Amino acid sequence: MKKFFENAKQALLVSLFMLVLCGLIYPLAVTGVAQALFNHEANGSLINVDGEIVGSEKLGQAFTVPEFFWGRVSAVNYNVYSKEDIVPDAKGETVYNGVGSGTFNYAPSNPELQKRIEKDIESFLKANPGVQREQIPADLVTASGSGLDPHISVESALIQIARVAQASGLSENEVKEVVKTNTVSRELAVFGEDKVHVLEANLDIFKKMTEK
Amino acid sequence: MWQIALVLVIYLPLVIAAGHYLYHVTMQQKTWLDPIMNRVDNFIYKFSGIKQVDMTGKQYIMALILSNAIMVFIGYFILRIQSMLFFNPNGIDNMEATLSFNTIISFMTNTNLQHYSGESGLSYLAQMLVITFMMFTSAATGYAACMAFCRRLVAKSDKIGNFFVDLVRVITRILIPISFIVALILVSQGSPQTLRANETVQTIEGKMQDIALGPVASLESIKHIGTNGGGYYGANSTTPFENPTVISNIVEMLSMMLLPGACVVAFGLMVVNRRQKAIFGKQGLVIFAAMGILFAIGLAACYTAESAGNPIIDELGITQDLGSMEGKEMRFGVAQSVLFTVATTAFTTGSVNNMHDTLTPLGGMVPMFNMMLNVVFGGKGVGLMNMMMYVMLTIFISCLMIGRTPQFLGKKIEEKEMKLIALCILIHPAIILLFSALAVTTTAGIAGITNPGAHGLSQVLYEYASSSANNGSGFEGLADNSTFWNMTTGLAMFFGRYLSIIIQLAIASLLANKLWHSDSVGTLKTDNAMFTFLLIAIVLMIGALTFLPALALGPITEHLQIRS
Repeated sequence: MKKFFENAKQALLVSLFMLVLCGLIYPLAVTGVAQALFNHEANGSLINVDGEIVGSEKLGQAFTVPEFFWGRVSAVNYNVYSKEDIVPDAKGETVYNGVGSGTFNYAPSNPELQKRIEKDIESFLKANPGVQREQIPADLVTASGSGLDPHISVESALIQIARVAQASGLSENEVKEVVKTNTVSRELAVFGEDKVHVLEANLDIFKKMTEK
Repeated sequence: MWQIALVLVIYLPLVIAAGHYLYHVTMQQKTWLDPIMNRVDNFIYKFSGIKQVDMTGKQYIMALILSNAIMVFIGYFILRIQSMLFFNPNGIDNMEATLSFNTIISFMTNTNLQHYSGESGLSYLAQMLVITFMMFTSAATGYAACMAFCRRLVAKSDKIGNFFVDLVRVITRILIPISFIVALILVSQGSPQTLRANETVQTIEGKMQDIALGPVASLESIKHIGTNGGGYYGANSTTPFENPTVISNIVEMLSMMLLPGACVVAFGLMVVNRRQKAIFGKQGLVIFAAMGILFAIGLAACYTAESAGNPIIDELGITQDLGSMEGKEMRFGVAQSVLFTVATTAFTTGSVNNMHDTLTPLGGMVPMFNMMLNVVFGGKGVGLMNMMMYVMLTIFISCLMIGRTPQFLGKKIEEKEMKLIALCILIHPAIILLFSALAVTTTAGIAGITNPGAHGLSQVLYEYASSSANNGSGFEGLADNSTFWNMTTGLAMFFGRYLSIIIQLAIASLLANKLWHSDSVGTLKTDNAMFTFLLIAIVLMIGALTFLPALALGPITEHLQIRS
């Protein structure tokens, strides 16, 4: 019995020590060093346009107007909401439920998946009259895992150029140039995929539009 | 394709180096961190009154359970009062009782199954003081148990090693230094590490966006180094803040693969004769090769299935050159997603960089099968212990077939050990299949299923396989934050973890107390290629026989449905 209490005392003290070491000292030390070395990244890589923060380099945003590129389908609408979305309806529910992440979790065999994709294809074709169904790449109508994916494939950006150019009043060549500058190739030419950063491309278009 | 191969090529030298370091730490030999770490450790020993005396197997397991129990109480207490404490800039409320129970068991058993969403369910303090703390201690507990197990296999007495010393040494010499470096790499790629409150920004379309921040990187690094897998955010490593780039993705994969593989290398070195200098002990290599081949089979199957895409999307007229993209991130694509999926379930980490519920049926069966086998590297030491059960079973069966006395590392495997080994191998399928049966026959269980048809059964099977294997990933569609799911998965995690460890250490103690016999011509060789294939065959036969019926009703049925 004496042995048991001695063990219990050691277990308790070592647990408390580790609680402070692993739970406070370690994360706070990382915070200190990270804030000093990588201040921009450690605070969320926020994008500053003329003194206003408009988003994060790492997170996607929901775009709905025709003059901007549209990103991937998001189950959480990229945590983007308007003032009306946080007003409770008759049942006390709001459209926006606070910050989150995730996907619809539709199994490949789920009929809901088919319905959602069909609906998205139809509205996309309507908004982009020159585009054929077979031209739509899979990433544009499938939901990302996080709901915050900042990228689309290069193909997905190319088929939107005509619409973006027309709605924004820029020439197709200017928009093409925007896509080109915001295309990120594979790391070291091997790892990952070629992709276009949607928010940064749209910021460029936004700047060009305000200049005009 | 090439990117997968390249990552694995980078992995091999890393795992060998880590294995040597782990061996030195385990056997109390000199390492280059000693000058600083000896002082730190001695201070901890003094503070906690740790005497550094050798323990018997029984004492060791008692100390392990006792300290885990104390950590559970501390953690549960903090979760229940988190709203009143500091570092809570986003005003998060206290956690509900059954959810707290599930969360604590989940993190203490190194499972990291999450029925809450981090950004809305935990304060910054709880993320650090409960989650990060438990990620360190549960991983260290697993490694300590594995060290105790391996030491007993090669020792001549059962009185060897001290649990508290092992726990402290693993944390200070392995987990904290590596986690610190990995955390900084992740921040450099774009993971936040701050105590500032969430940000609300104005978008260029005139709407608002909430950006969830916090001490992400420090949690993210130990999450992979300790093969824990519980994410800071609800969507785990798919979220750009947890896994911002392909570089961070590769770093996270290598982190989680590093130490479980290193355990096998370290074990190989322990078996090798003391005077010999070896890069990779022969016995270790045999086991590593068996695990590696099983890993490669799963990887190939998953990659083929995911690249083929979803036939239902094909029917809608969409081009799937990129493969099946539902639930995946554009910056990773199919190749990086598949490698992550197979690694996270083989090494039982349980973090995800794509949503497993949306994988194609056969693509989703691979991670499920990895967890059902629970021996393909496996997490934080316990994977090696599980594999050793199969190693002894293979020796036993092979020796029966050729009429020899089963013997492993000079110790005879007899009736008592075989009974415990059989029990140990049976616990895991019993937990998965019995709980799954319970879930699909009760209304409370069925209420959680969100996908219709055969995939619904897959969701249930996956959840319990993940719980029992202490993996923690999920077919996340499952509506699992209910009393039924919180309690049953909590129990599955608890039994899956502690029953196995207790039985395995008991077997090691029995073997340690036996007389050592030198190998003769009649002894079955356990360190050649032949044995690797025998081992794989036994693992597949036991795994396939136990789970094939369930898999046929779940993923295989779904595959046939959408392909017909």
